[in-house]
Amino acid sequence: MALERSDVEKVAHLARLKIEDNDIPEYTRDLTSILELVNQMQSVDIDGTDPLAHPLDATQRLRHDEVTESNQREHFQQNAPAKEAGLFLVPKVIE
Amino acid sequence: MHNKTIAELAKGLADGEFSSVELTQHFLGRIDALDSQYNSFITVTPEQALAQAEAADATRAAGNAKALTGVPVAHKDIFCTNGVLTTCASKMLSNFVAPYDATVVDKFNSAGMVSLGKTNMDEFAMGSSNENSFYGAVKNPWDTNAVPGGSSGGSAAAVAARLAPGATGTDTGGSIRQPAAFCGITGLKPTYGRVSRWGMIAYASSLDQGGPMARTAEDCALLLNEMAGFDPKDSTSLKKAVPDYTADLNQPLSGLRIGLPKEYFGKELSAEMSDAIMASVKEFEKLGATVQEVSLPNTMLAIPSYYIIAPAEASSNLSRFDGVRYGYRCENPENLEDLYKRSRGEGFGKEVQRRILVGTYALSEGYYDAYYRKAQRIRRLIQQDFLNAFNEVDLIMGPTTPTPAFDLGSNTDDPVQMYMEDIYTLAVNLAGLPGISVPAGLVNGRPVGLQILAGHFKESQLLNAAHQLQTATNWHQLAPSAGQ
Repeated sequence: MALERSDVEKVAHLARLKIEDNDIPEYTRDLTSILELVNQMQSVDIDGTDPLAHPLDATQRLRHDEVTESNQREHFQQNAPAKEAGLFLVPKVIE
Repeated sequence: MHNKTIAELAKGLADGEFSSVELTQHFLGRIDALDSQYNSFITVTPEQALAQAEAADATRAAGNAKALTGVPVAHKDIFCTNGVLTTCASKMLSNFVAPYDATVVDKFNSAGMVSLGKTNMDEFAMGSSNENSFYGAVKNPWDTNAVPGGSSGGSAAAVAARLAPGATGTDTGGSIRQPAAFCGITGLKPTYGRVSRWGMIAYASSLDQGGPMARTAEDCALLLNEMAGFDPKDSTSLKKAVPDYTADLNQPLSGLRIGLPKEYFGKELSAEMSDAIMASVKEFEKLGATVQEVSLPNTMLAIPSYYIIAPAEASSNLSRFDGVRYGYRCENPENLEDLYKRSRGEGFGKEVQRRILVGTYALSEGYYDAYYRKAQRIRRLIQQDFLNAFNEVDLIMGPTTPTPAFDLGSNTDDPVQMYMEDIYTLAVNLAGLPGISVPAGLVNGRPVGLQILAGHFKESQLLNAAHQLQTATNWHQLAPSAGQ
């Protein structure tokens, strides 16, 4: 099942990844060969088997709805590429 | 000093043979003198290390030392370290100073241990050769033309070259065991949920597990004692008491039942590799173990299952790197979408982008059942194979890798060929089992590893067997010339 250039462009958009035009043929080839590899799975008939999500079949724990953390906004925002007055700055979204 | 094991260093510190400051200075000096040949560290932290060493010596003088107080180690650069650059070997995080400590780092600090710095790795832990690093490939101390393995290649190379007596690693599909095998050291991947993942930058959350890398099984036991345990901050961490992993090291092995999966000794395994592994198995027989063949019939399905589950989870985990809150941001974004796309396109390397694309494809509308869900069903088959085998035997043994370390640059053009390197290790993560790689001699002058697997939470049994092998043989003492 060979992927088309447009498939890769669509997936790259879904993943919000900018891929250079001249890299698309290589990604198309690589993804096709990876999908050929994983398509070995399709011949196995195991619809009756339950999917395994956690190796020990543990379920997510719930915790009490209590405040446990203090506000460290300034500390955590030290790594922000652009910020102002405690807010993260991004290009204008609403005209 | 650098040829001593962690157990010997701990004793030397306790006996006052040397101080933690002297020990730390010695390893920092070796890193400074030798690491330009291997590139095993991304960041070395001499000031913090010496401050921790001074504090450790003061703790000892006050009579409050614990088992590993003052012992220096290195952390894989996937573990967040408060106030220290934490890059995951990616341009995306090349400016990221972690604002907190990972639980594993916090535990080591509380134990009074010293961190020498952060080791190189494949970007976001995606790779089997350590060639996918923004900071350049790591070279194998046994032969600088060879890869050290990956993704924890920097940790393995640093320990093999005696630049650190031990290091942390993480293992999603073999990333502790494979580099341990290639570099001739001992590396343990614990049971999924045994070691907290909090502050360990996520790759594939249902597979990722941190663990120790050192020269001996005894040292891995000492490090695991400090790493393991329930963590309320990791929702997949398991509430289970932590035993003393050194307690059973000297148990005799008489009556131990060892299974050799016939699928692990097929025609793809060379005679030299098979001979090396069987020489170790013979040692276990001499120690009183019995050996029988077992079967893991779905072994080959581990590769397709893994290469859906891991990229799918990665595509989800790595969506957090958006150029907004931390990490790399592109220059002059035109709008928000351009900011996302170019920050991610420029910040992630090729293999990371490939896996994000595969994962996004597998999770996209209309494909979820055919890929992710199918891979999870196969995952249960693979786990069931192991559970069936463990009804007959106590431990499973085989090669950690199909070959010794390959040459730098030899596999990078073909991702699928590279994925096949992980055939013996991937299934263990899918099943959530603990596994250890121990040195099993040299093939063509390069180290190879014996992989030993046990049932869930049976790390003590793995460490016991590995330690007994290391008591009877000296493969683990072989060192590259740089380490002598």
